[in-house]
Amino acid sequence: MLKLFRNLTKQERGLAVLALAFIVTQVWLDLKSPEYMAEITRLVQVEGSTMPQILTAGGKMLSCSLGSLLASVATAVCASRIATGFGGTMRAKLFGKVQSFSMEEIGRFSTPSLITRSTNDVMQIQMLIVMGLQMLIKAPITAVWAITKIAGKRWEWTAATAVSIVALLAVVAVCLAVATPRFRRMQRLTDDLNRVSRENLSGLSVVRAYNAEGYQQHRFDTVNDTLTNNQLVGNRTMVFLMPTIQATMSGLSLAIYWIGAVLINSSAMANKISLFSDMMVFSQYAIQVVMAFMMLVMIFMILPRAQVAADRINEVLETETTIKDGTREEGEPGRVGEIEFRDVTFRYPDAEGSMLRHVSFTAHRGETVAFIGSTGSGKSTVINLIPRFYDATWGKVLVDGVDVRDYSVRALRNKIGYVSQKATLFGGTVSTNVAYGDNGRGPVGEEDVADAIETAQASEFVEKMEGAYHAQVAQGGANLSGGQRQRLSIARAVARKPEILIFDDSFSALDYKTDRVLRDALEREFANTTRIIVAQRIGTIRDADRIVVLDEGRVVGQGTHEELMHDCETYRQIALSQLSEEELM
Amino acid sequence: MAGMHTSSAPRGPMGHGPVGHGARGAAGQRIDRGTWGRLFNYCRRFLPAVAVALICAMVGTVLTLLGPNMLSDITDAVQDGIAPNSDKLEQVVEAVTRNIEANAAAMAQQQAAAMAAAGAPVGVGDVDAMSAAGMGAAATGSDTAEGATSAAPSLDDLASMPAETRDALLTDVEVDGVIITGADQQKLLDIFSNLDMSDTEAAMAALDELPASVKSLVEPRIDMDLIARIALTLVAFYVASYVLSVVQGWIMTTVTQRIGRSMRADISAKINRLPMSYFNTVPTGDILSRITNDVDTLGQSLSQSVGTLLSAVVLFFGSLFMMITTNGWMTLAAVGASLLGFVLMMGIMGHSQKYFVRQQSALGALSGHIEESYTGHSVIAAYNAEDRVRAEFDRMNGELVNAGFRAQCLSGLMMPIMMFIGNFGYVAVCVVGGALALDGQIGFGVIVAFMLYVRYFTQPLSQIAQGVQALQSAGAAGTRVFEFLEAREMADESAKPARRAQGVRGEVEFDHVRFTYAGSDKPVIKDFSAHALPGQKVAIVGPTGAGKTTMVNLLMRFFEIDGGQIRIDGVPTSEMRREDVHALFCMVLQDTWLFEGTVRENLVYCDEGVTDEEVQRACRAVGLDHFIRSLPHGYDTVLNDQVNLSQGQKQQMTIARAMIADKPMLILDEATSNVDTRTELKIQQAMDELMRGRTSFVIAHRLSTIKNADLILVMKEGDIIESGTHDELLAAGGFYADLYNSQFAE
Repeated sequence: MLKLFRNLTKQERGLAVLALAFIVTQVWLDLKSPEYMAEITRLVQVEGSTMPQILTAGGKMLSCSLGSLLASVATAVCASRIATGFGGTMRAKLFGKVQSFSMEEIGRFSTPSLITRSTNDVMQIQMLIVMGLQMLIKAPITAVWAITKIAGKRWEWTAATAVSIVALLAVVAVCLAVATPRFRRMQRLTDDLNRVSRENLSGLSVVRAYNAEGYQQHRFDTVNDTLTNNQLVGNRTMVFLMPTIQATMSGLSLAIYWIGAVLINSSAMANKISLFSDMMVFSQYAIQVVMAFMMLVMIFMILPRAQVAADRINEVLETETTIKDGTREEGEPGRVGEIEFRDVTFRYPDAEGSMLRHVSFTAHRGETVAFIGSTGSGKSTVINLIPRFYDATWGKVLVDGVDVRDYSVRALRNKIGYVSQKATLFGGTVSTNVAYGDNGRGPVGEEDVADAIETAQASEFVEKMEGAYHAQVAQGGANLSGGQRQRLSIARAVARKPEILIFDDSFSALDYKTDRVLRDALEREFANTTRIIVAQRIGTIRDADRIVVLDEGRVVGQGTHEELMHDCETYRQIALSQLSEEELM
Repeated sequence: MAGMHTSSAPRGPMGHGPVGHGARGAAGQRIDRGTWGRLFNYCRRFLPAVAVALICAMVGTVLTLLGPNMLSDITDAVQDGIAPNSDKLEQVVEAVTRNIEANAAAMAQQQAAAMAAAGAPVGVGDVDAMSAAGMGAAATGSDTAEGATSAAPSLDDLASMPAETRDALLTDVEVDGVIITGADQQKLLDIFSNLDMSDTEAAMAALDELPASVKSLVEPRIDMDLIARIALTLVAFYVASYVLSVVQGWIMTTVTQRIGRSMRADISAKINRLPMSYFNTVPTGDILSRITNDVDTLGQSLSQSVGTLLSAVVLFFGSLFMMITTNGWMTLAAVGASLLGFVLMMGIMGHSQKYFVRQQSALGALSGHIEESYTGHSVIAAYNAEDRVRAEFDRMNGELVNAGFRAQCLSGLMMPIMMFIGNFGYVAVCVVGGALALDGQIGFGVIVAFMLYVRYFTQPLSQIAQGVQALQSAGAAGTRVFEFLEAREMADESAKPARRAQGVRGEVEFDHVRFTYAGSDKPVIKDFSAHALPGQKVAIVGPTGAGKTTMVNLLMRFFEIDGGQIRIDGVPTSEMRREDVHALFCMVLQDTWLFEGTVRENLVYCDEGVTDEEVQRACRAVGLDHFIRSLPHGYDTVLNDQVNLSQGQKQQMTIARAMIADKPMLILDEATSNVDTRTELKIQQAMDELMRGRTSFVIAHRLSTIKNADLILVMKEGDIIESGTHDELLAAGGFYADLYNSQFAE
């Protein structure tokens, strides 16, 4: 937690000190005003007081509480400024950090977890700062100050106060001990409830096809009951908390008066009056002390949660990305669009087996190199090594004759147009999606966008959309079909006019005809661009210059379709599973 | 302490539930007018319990109204017992003086008699002096201080008298049954003679020196019996209100949890009674958020607001009533001062709502952006778009910081302002009360009472404001819950005759089927007619959007057809119960749907009486048995995030599930398109096994898988444009041939 607070800016630290000063002022005024209150009470009760006397005392009390109001307003402003500012800083830091991550780190944390850390966890910390500044600091100050006011009075009262604080803390401790584990479990139980409902909703047709509505409801009832019972026990326990606090405070006041009455009664005449005023003061401040302790308890309740959030944030901030930036901006002179894998072996961190073993191949300018293999054979992994989403564990990946690790990441990626397996679009317009990013050669013009969309066989549907090239695209491209998304993401890669185009199974959502036409268009327009294609369909890749067959991370065959049909058993199996033998020859 | 609960159980926008789904503030939410009525109806069976809770809250509040009044009674009693009993002191002095006078008179007579006998005119002056001193003390006895001072010189005279004279003058007196000896009187007189009455403390200290007999009379006594009586009553009050609030809280918690549970169950049950078309318009996240967030919000806000609101209202009107009955002018002052502050606070609250809404929407926007950026991380990286994304993030983040700051600030003002309003009312009451008291219009008791009332009057104002706010969010949540619960369900079919799946031959006829999705005017299926004979394999092919899956959904009656008929063994499906139609088909879909449960649970699913033997046979048939046995717990392995099944394995599971369900007909909708072709080959055998003897409908875009179909229906834009076997269609050289050949065109 403290480590996290090192990220506070100078200004925020200054504000914190300022807030502290305001809090001290506020506590001072808050503890002062009961004195004036008592004075007013006395003046009103005693015969012979004059109006100016009452007005003076009233004025003093009002100024006290007005001052306290102003001080707390100032504290609130400072605390809010610090908390929201700090929250903003933390979010920005996290966001920047996550952006610098490679797939490896993202995979380690998982995307949903990173999202939660950047939003919820930061909010937790933000809340702690606001509450903390107003309570964590105020509570001990109030407690100590109030204690000094009543210190040295009769021990009987002190004892009563101590007893009630101890009793209160004991009840609170018991309540929390019972309730906290249940509240902690609640998140998981809510997740269960969500999961079962989500399963029902996502499998709606299966549920109905199997007439499994009753079964599904039964599963729901089970988690629902568990959740409800857990909540019941937790909340019922907490029911005791508030009345206990109330009763303790009232009880303490009564005890102080009762004890006071006995003490006064048995004391010497000379002490009676001072004892009486002591009693009044004590009853005021003892309540303050109890309240301060309650505030502390509350802090201790939110503290562990905030601590967890802080740890989760720190974990992200302290993770160093494994992808280190190089310095080269250009490849070897005269070499363009060349990719070479030299005996590349790749192993996911913490994995036991290697994903890729001793993979070697070369792609020259303008060539089409295709990768095929069953799921899990390592096709996508090969592709991820080129733009450095991961780094090879052993061996070398070279682009234009230079190890990819020597390039600045930006320069390397400017050479590449990458189309991911899952078509990812962003909220905006068709145009902003196609002209996405920075290719190091200035913005992509309107004309280039139109050309790219044409090449990607997307003009037809784009022009039908409302606003055509400026049609709205929802976040994640939710308003487009899978095939449309895929074609737009291909257009996006094409619009960069890169040296190398990478297609990670990017044609799977297209029907055979579109697939065919699109590949023809690419062949026509991008004859000088090296193309790397991962595919499942033989049809998509059979005319590639070179086909690399992968099986369990090893290259088991390399060559043209005809060559492979002849001498690669794995390839032949894959091919035969899709087309009959005579069609393939 | 409401915050205590929430801090342990986070909720609200950023609590559980789908991220970015929280752009809903307390303000600006829609509340249907009928919501409260519906809620009332829904909670009807809990009403007696709620009534008890409300009575508890009410009685508790009345106790609160009375309690502090009694505490001030104790203060009064103590105060009454502090001041020395001046009346008694006066009495004592008077008695002593009278005694001295009487003794002096007696002495004078004796002396006169003696003088008459001895002729000595001595002592008369002394006696005069004595009586003067006594008279003086008696005359000013009402004020001991003055009396003592004026008496002092004469007492000096007394002191200068010979001892035997004094003894004769100071004989024992009795006051209220207490004998004050001559010595005590002597002491009393000594003390008064040495006293400087301008020093109160010294005077009080002097009182302590009084001889025991006098002291016992003069010393103040607190009425301990009275105090004990009040204190015990108060203890009873406290215990009672403790019990009442616990009972109230317990009931409200229980009731709201139970309502929450039954609402969740109702929503879940509702899901399965709504037509499929409903889910095309409402996103999954939205329904989930109703089950968790909205139901939670509803329960939480209700349990927080109902009791509090009631106590607050009782306290508010109770104190108002007591104020009005006590004094009109004072009431005006108290109410005026409080309302002034309250108006101020309402202004700030209204203002802050705006910022809270802005904060929520800024948070929603930022969460959306973060989600999009993180999920699209590899694309952003590959396209060097970090700067752009970053700039957008910074803009949104700045907006959130800004809106958050304002919202936070304003909400931070609430408590201090409430405190101030309280103090302001207090001072106003004191000042106005003081003025009235000086005029002699009211007594001090009225002021003291008002000091308490004004506290009670301001305290519930903020509670009412918060309660109303909580009710608002409860209303908005309730609106969303009831909106879902009251959505139109599928038609009731209990009147239709039930049909058994046994003995169904599996002849399916489509007779001029027409279908249009609700809300669209373009028909998806225009005029579809086909005839599948028992045991045939019917393939449906065609480009995306041709209506293939729609046909299957119509066959299953997931949607109702608009025109024409679908007949199974001659019976129109519209005359069958939906569940009886479902019972006729095994279905394997492209989405491999598995749930978190054991392998066995997933395979058997809702079937009853399935033996392990049958499960294993199905798994062997789909080639999964070996794999399942290799899992840590075999068939009892729980499928969750930790168990990694490949797409192919998941597909094999769903095929095995269909086998176990063993229904007369089969539907395969793109069942293998997520699987790579080698895996598909393996699964294909299992599927062939499954299709044997069953009328099967197969949708596939890999044409190789359906070449052996008995009937291929080629669909385009909602119509069958070609039909026949593979060879017939190829020979025809139409759309199908085109489609088929495009796979290997050079």
